[in-house]
Amino acid sequence: MDSFAEQTPYLEVQSLSKQFGTFPALQQVSFNSRRGEFICVLGPSGCGKTTLLRIVAGLESQSSGSVRIEGRNVSGLPVSKRNVGIVFQSYALFPNLSAAQNIAYGLKQHRSQRQQTRQRVAELLELVGLAGMGSKYPAQLSGGQQQRVALARAMALSPGLLLLDEPLSALDAQVRAMLRTEIRQLQQRLGVTTLMVTHDQEEALTMADRILVMEKGALVQNGTPLEVYDRPATPFVAAFIGSMNFLSDAVKESDAVYRVGGCRLMVAGENGSRPLAVGGKATIAIRPEDIMIWADRREVPNTVLTQVQQLEYRGPLFRVALKLQGCAEKAAVIEADVPSEKIRRLNINPAMTLPVQLPSDRLRVYGA
Amino acid sequence: MSAAPPPLTDAAALPAVPSGAGVWSALNSELWIKRALILLACLWLLVGVVLPVAQLAGKSLQDAQGGFVGLTNFVHYFKTPALSNSLVNSLGVAAATTLAAVVLGFVYAYALTRSRIPGRGLFRGIAMVPLFAPTLLNGIALIYLFGRKGLITLGFFGTLPGVDIGVYGPVGIIISEAMYAFPQAVLILSIALGMTDARMYEASASLGAGRLRTFFTVTLPGIKYGLLSAVFVCFTLAFTDFGAPKVVGGSYNILATDIYKQVIGQQNFTMGAVVSIVLLIPTVLAFAVDRIVQRRQLAMIAAKSVPLHPRPHRVRDLCLFGFCTLVAAGILGFYATAAFASLVKVWPYNLDLGFWHYHFGGTGGGGYAAFWNSLRMSAYSAAAGTAITFASAYLIEKSRGLQRLRRTAYFLSILPLALPGLVIGLAYIFFFNPTAWEFFGLRVPNPFSFLYGTMAILVVSNIVHFYTVSFLTATTALKQLDSEFETVSASMGVPFYKTFSRVTVPVCLPAILEIGMYYFVNSMATVSAVIFLYSADLPLASVAVANMDDAGDTAPAAAMSVLIVAANVAVRCLYTGLTRNIKRRSQAWASV
Repeated sequence: MDSFAEQTPYLEVQSLSKQFGTFPALQQVSFNSRRGEFICVLGPSGCGKTTLLRIVAGLESQSSGSVRIEGRNVSGLPVSKRNVGIVFQSYALFPNLSAAQNIAYGLKQHRSQRQQTRQRVAELLELVGLAGMGSKYPAQLSGGQQQRVALARAMALSPGLLLLDEPLSALDAQVRAMLRTEIRQLQQRLGVTTLMVTHDQEEALTMADRILVMEKGALVQNGTPLEVYDRPATPFVAAFIGSMNFLSDAVKESDAVYRVGGCRLMVAGENGSRPLAVGGKATIAIRPEDIMIWADRREVPNTVLTQVQQLEYRGPLFRVALKLQGCAEKAAVIEADVPSEKIRRLNINPAMTLPVQLPSDRLRVYGA
Repeated sequence: MSAAPPPLTDAAALPAVPSGAGVWSALNSELWIKRALILLACLWLLVGVVLPVAQLAGKSLQDAQGGFVGLTNFVHYFKTPALSNSLVNSLGVAAATTLAAVVLGFVYAYALTRSRIPGRGLFRGIAMVPLFAPTLLNGIALIYLFGRKGLITLGFFGTLPGVDIGVYGPVGIIISEAMYAFPQAVLILSIALGMTDARMYEASASLGAGRLRTFFTVTLPGIKYGLLSAVFVCFTLAFTDFGAPKVVGGSYNILATDIYKQVIGQQNFTMGAVVSIVLLIPTVLAFAVDRIVQRRQLAMIAAKSVPLHPRPHRVRDLCLFGFCTLVAAGILGFYATAAFASLVKVWPYNLDLGFWHYHFGGTGGGGYAAFWNSLRMSAYSAAAGTAITFASAYLIEKSRGLQRLRRTAYFLSILPLALPGLVIGLAYIFFFNPTAWEFFGLRVPNPFSFLYGTMAILVVSNIVHFYTVSFLTATTALKQLDSEFETVSASMGVPFYKTFSRVTVPVCLPAILEIGMYYFVNSMATVSAVIFLYSADLPLASVAVANMDDAGDTAPAAAMSVLIVAANVAVRCLYTGLTRNIKRRSQAWASV
C-alpha cells in the first residue's frame, strides 16, 4: 500500500460505450482494477460482457471511452500492442501444432533463442501441470488439458493482463470445479491481473476478488463476491445471482418499518438501493436460505404465518414453497431453503400451517 | 486518473506510447495490408468478371459500327424465327434434361444413402465418371452408339436387329446433357439425403406412419432445398453447354451453338453478344433463386442431427441394386464405346484394334502439341487458381471489420457461377482484344490487350469460369476453423500471414488439393470459354476434339477425348494418393 504502483490502478476503464448500429452493447462502463486482482464480469448472455472484454483486449474498438493499462492509454492500440494474454471459450488451439508448439507460438523463433524457448515452454507446461505432455496434439488431450495448454499459451509472453472469455463453459461440471481452483491458484501465484467473463455465478463467486455485474450493456454492480451476494444493488442482481424472494407492493410506514398487505416488517438499516420517503412504494427481498423456521410459535419480530404448499427435495436441503397468509393481498408464495434434517425433525409436510421469521437484518428494500 | 503520478515499477519495460496519427498507421499496418489485399481481390474480379460482361452487354446494344441502338438488336432477334426458335429449343432441351437427370439422380442418390446395397462406393465412383470427360465426348460416344453407323443402330455390327433413335437433334442433345448433369444431381441429392435426421424417421414410425406417408412427409420435405438446387444446377448445365450440341445437334439450333455460329461462322459479333445476353438471363435467374434456396438450406442444418443408418430391406435393396447396376453399366458402356471406337481401325468395317487414331497425323487440331498445351494450361490454372481462390476466400472469411469491402468481394466471387463459358469467352474477346476501348467517342487505351492470344488469357478465363465452386469449397473449409485463430495470433504479436502459412494452409490442405484438382480437371475438359480465346499457335486438346469432329475425323476426336479423360483420371488418382498421404500424416491431430 505504500508504493505508487500499489495505488495506481493497473487497469482503468473509463466510460466505455459501444454501439452496434442502433443497439447499445455497452453503456458508459467504468471500473478500475488493482495489480494482481481477479475480476469477473458476470451477466446473462447479451449483456455486453464479451464486448467489454474484447474492447479491453483491443479486438473491438469502442465508440467512446478509454482503456488504460498501467497508466498508458491503450484505447487506440491493436491487441498485439497491449501486452495481454487471451484464453477463449473454444481455446482456439492450433490443431496441427503440438501442445509445446502452441505454447511457443508467440515466442521468438530465432535459432539463437531456441534453447531459451524450449526452456520457457517446459516451464509453462510444468506450471499448468502438463509436464511431459508437450508433444501431444490438442486432439489427443482432454478438454481440461486443452484448457491448460490455452492458459499456458496465453501466459507465454508474460502478459500484464490475462483475459479469460468463458474459459470453463465447455467443460463438464467436475473438471470445471477443479480447474476453477487451479486457475485461481495459478493466477495468485503469478500475480497477473485477470479479467474473466462468465455467465456462471458460482464461478464468479468462488474465483473473483471482485465481480462486475452487467445488465443490458450497463455495469449495475461492482463489488466483492460477498457484497454482490449479500447486498445486491438491484433486483436484477439479486435475481441473477442466487435465488431471491420478492414481496412487491410494500409501503414504507416509518423509518425501518414497512407494511406488506396485513403484515408489518422491520428492516434493519436501510438496505435499499436509494432512500425512500415515508409512504413510498417498495419491494422487499429475502434469500430463501435466510428465512427462519422455528420449532415452536415463539413471539419474534417479523414472524409471518404461512401455509406449506410444496416440498422440493434437493438432497441436503428442501426448497419449501410457502404461501403467505394475510400478509400480502395477493396470494404471494415465497420459497425457503430448509435443511433436510430440520424438515424431518419438525415433520414439515404439505398443507400444514407454519410460522416463519424474516430476519430484519436479512431483508433488502428496493424502491418500486 | 490522469492526475495520478506515473507508475514507477515495470513501466520502463513497456514501449512508450507515441501520440497522433503515426501510431495508427504504424501499428495497424496489418490492417492496411489486409485492406489492400481484399481490394486487390475485388479489382481482379472487376477486371476478370464485371468489366468484360459489362462490355458484352454494351456490345449487344450497339450496331456493327459501334453506334448505340438500344434494344433494336433484341427486337430483331425476337422477330426472326430462325434465331428466336433457338431460345425455345434451348429451354425445352434443358427442361427435359433436368427432368431426366434429377429423377435418375434422385433414385441413384437414394440408393447410395438410404439403402444397404453392396458396392455403394463403387457406384458413387462410377456416377462421377462423366465429370472427367469433355461434353464433346458425350456427343461422340452417342454417335458411336446411336449414329447412322452406331453400335446399336447397326445392332452390334449386324448380330442383332438394329434400332435408329434419330440421335441427331434434341434426342441426342438431351441424352448427352443428361449424362453430363447426372453426376451433379447425384452429388447434390446425396448430400441432401445424407443430412436428414434419423430422429425424424423414428418419430414418424412411432406415430404410425407408413413408408409412403413417411416418404412424402419426411423424406421429400427434408430434401426440398437440395432438390431445388439440383434442378437449377442441371438446368443451367444443360441450358448453357456447348460441347454435346456441337457434335449431335445437327440442324437443331440452340442458343449455345448459335453464339458459336454467329461469332465463328458469320463473324457477327453483335448478334453473338445478343444471343449471349439471351442465354445469360435465364442462367442468372436460376443462379439467383439457387442462392436464396441454399441460404435457406444452411439455416436448416444448423441444428445437430443424428445420422440415419438405413436398415436392410430385401425388396427395396434388390430393386435399387438393379437400378444402380443398370445406370452404372450405361455410363461405363457409354464411355467404353467411345474408347473402343478410338482404337478401331475403320468403324464399322474394319474392327482391328490399334493406336492408329492416336497419331493425329493428317488431321487438324494440333495433335499432341494441343494436348501438351492443355496440360500446361490446366496445371497453370490449377496452381494460380487455387492460390487466388484460397487466398481471397481467406481474406474475405477471416478478416475482421471491413464489412462492406468483404461483402462486395464475396458477391463478386459468387457471380462467376452465373456465367456460361461461352459468355465468358465472348466477353473476353470484346474486353481483351481491342488495343483501346471506345466509350461515347472516348478512346481509352487497353492495358490488358497484351494478354490476348496468350496462355495467360486462357488461364484467366479458366480461373474465372470455375471460380465460384472453388471459392465456396475454400470458404466451407475455412469456416470450420476456429474463428479466434487470428485473434489469438494477434494477441501474441504474430502477424496474420504467419498464421496463414503455419496453421490455416496446413489445416486446409485437403480442401486446397481438392480445389486444385477441380481446376485441373475442368480446365482440361472445358471447350466453351477457350474455343473463342485459343490462338492458332496455341491449340488446345478440347478445341482439337471439336475441330476434328467438325472435319469428320470422329475417331481421332474420340482418341483425343480419351487422352483428356486419361489425364484427368491420372490427376484424380494423384489427388487421392496425396490426400491419403496427408490423412496419414495428420492422423495425430485431425479430429475424425
